[in-house]
Amino acid sequence: MAQQTDTVAAPGAPRGSGARPGRPLQARLRSARLLLGVLPFSIYVILGLVLPAVAIAIGAFQDSDTGSFTLSNVKTAATGIYLHGFVTTLGVSVITSIVPGIVGFLVAYAIFTARRGAVLRRCVITASGVFANFGGVPLAFLFIATLGSTGLVTGWLTDIGLNPYTNGFNLYTFSGIVVVYMYFQIPLMVLVILPALEGLRPAWREAANNLGAGTWQYWRYVGGPVLLPSFLGCVLLLFGSAFSAYATAEALTSGSVPLTAIQIGSFLNGNVLAGQQNVGKALGLGMIVIIAVVMTAYAVLQRRAAQWLR
Amino acid sequence: MAAIAGGNLAEDVEGQIPSGKSGRPRVRQFPVWRWVILIVVGAYFAIPLIAALRFTGFSSFPQVVHQEGFSAAFELSVRLAVITTVLTIVLMLPTTVYVHLRLPRLRRLMEGITILPIVIPPVVLIVGVLQVAPGFLKSTPYLLALMYVVLAMPFAYRAFDAGLRALDLQTLVEASQSLGAGWRSTLWRVMLPNLRTAMLSATVLTVALVLGEFTMASLDLYQTFPVWIVAFDQTSGPISVAASLLALFVTWIFLLAITLIGGRGSRRKGGAEVSLFSVSRRNTGGS
Repeated sequence: MAQQTDTVAAPGAPRGSGARPGRPLQARLRSARLLLGVLPFSIYVILGLVLPAVAIAIGAFQDSDTGSFTLSNVKTAATGIYLHGFVTTLGVSVITSIVPGIVGFLVAYAIFTARRGAVLRRCVITASGVFANFGGVPLAFLFIATLGSTGLVTGWLTDIGLNPYTNGFNLYTFSGIVVVYMYFQIPLMVLVILPALEGLRPAWREAANNLGAGTWQYWRYVGGPVLLPSFLGCVLLLFGSAFSAYATAEALTSGSVPLTAIQIGSFLNGNVLAGQQNVGKALGLGMIVIIAVVMTAYAVLQRRAAQWLR
Repeated sequence: MAAIAGGNLAEDVEGQIPSGKSGRPRVRQFPVWRWVILIVVGAYFAIPLIAALRFTGFSSFPQVVHQEGFSAAFELSVRLAVITTVLTIVLMLPTTVYVHLRLPRLRRLMEGITILPIVIPPVVLIVGVLQVAPGFLKSTPYLLALMYVVLAMPFAYRAFDAGLRALDLQTLVEASQSLGAGWRSTLWRVMLPNLRTAMLSATVLTVALVLGEFTMASLDLYQTFPVWIVAFDQTSGPISVAASLLALFVTWIFLLAITLIGGRGSRRKGGAEVSLFSVSRRNTGGS
């Protein structure tokens, strides 16, 4: 019964202001009790997400053999092939977040505004759910059959005199990774941008049109500014997804392109020099720090987006 | 080829714009680029599937189930999928309902926390997990199920969140309680039936995730279905590709069937059309 009162009273909180003296403690108790409901979830997140991250952060500063404090892991992780790995990973992530971000947005907008498009919408959304989880060797294989040196599309392009392999494309290098990553990045963008599109009220478009605005003006002054924070936030999310991808790149390049995730994987597989195991953790810490920066930006953008989209 | 097909189409349809212009002023150019985009992107997604199908041939599909190690790996993956799904629903459904009802201010925070598993590299996460997990967990494959619950959070939370937003939750709860229902009966007899679609989407997405997850399983050294596909790839390429294509199509069809059934149910009740991640716009009448 008490719960019901809470629910009903919540919007009218100022009502309680008459009972000043006892209130702070009571309010604090009540909010503590309210938070109890999210306790199981919080514990799970702490055990499954926070604790491992802390363990990595600690391990990054420990000597692999003695366990004593050292900075050498971090130094190693920030130089040579590992630094190169970070740079390459960032490059891949930037390209495979911006391009699929734009394409995914257009797809989402196309299916969202389609009239009588319920079936189309469902097909695209469910397909997105499946393809966003697709990766690894199966995905690598799909593209070897398509754009490998004897692939289907390679054959077509060669027939019209545009052999991609003589024009600087190679599936097993940077350019190949970029093409392949879009296969799960575009669907992910469709999934995450749709809720933002739903906030774009048809009435705004109608109002703009009534005031004499054309398509360009609508997007320049109404739709664009409203959607921009959400769009950028989703692009940052794609960045994180590309940044953390492991299985696909591993399957496609077998480690020939230096990517940080693959380097960390090789530490786990044991292909490292003795005494350097904790360099893998330092690399992990580096990734976490970069992700933290990206997610902070994401949070800020989401807050701005919330002004208009509810 | 994809680009060429798209290009031709663009020219074709552009030729038709003037005719549409006079008739319906507001949406005139819109269908043109919509079809261009959908066809180009559709080609990008369809052609690799076709190329792979051509390579495998349809005869490989029935052979998949008879391969050595298939049943053991598939069984492990299915078991992990069941455990993960049950745990995910038990953990996320009450939490999401609770946050919607009692702590709506935490919704943005929840959204932020549940997005983390998409961006935190699984390869980093598994390094940390293997370090802190107690020995009895490390020696069973079920540690993977516990971690998959974390990986499934983004999808499960969004599915439940979308489902809840489509309901007038406050009214439902107040109505149910004014009729004398307690919390348990409200949750069980009012919320759950209304959240059927959301639960089904969450389930299928979780299953899709578990059946496709490679990174953690391979680094934790357990041969789940995706790990088996990779290992088997050394022996017979076509069959392993057939196996992964099969998994892809089955998941998709399953998912599609669920949203079709769920969508019909919710429309009958006059609710909004629930899609996978979001509530698609209600028919606002105008236009």
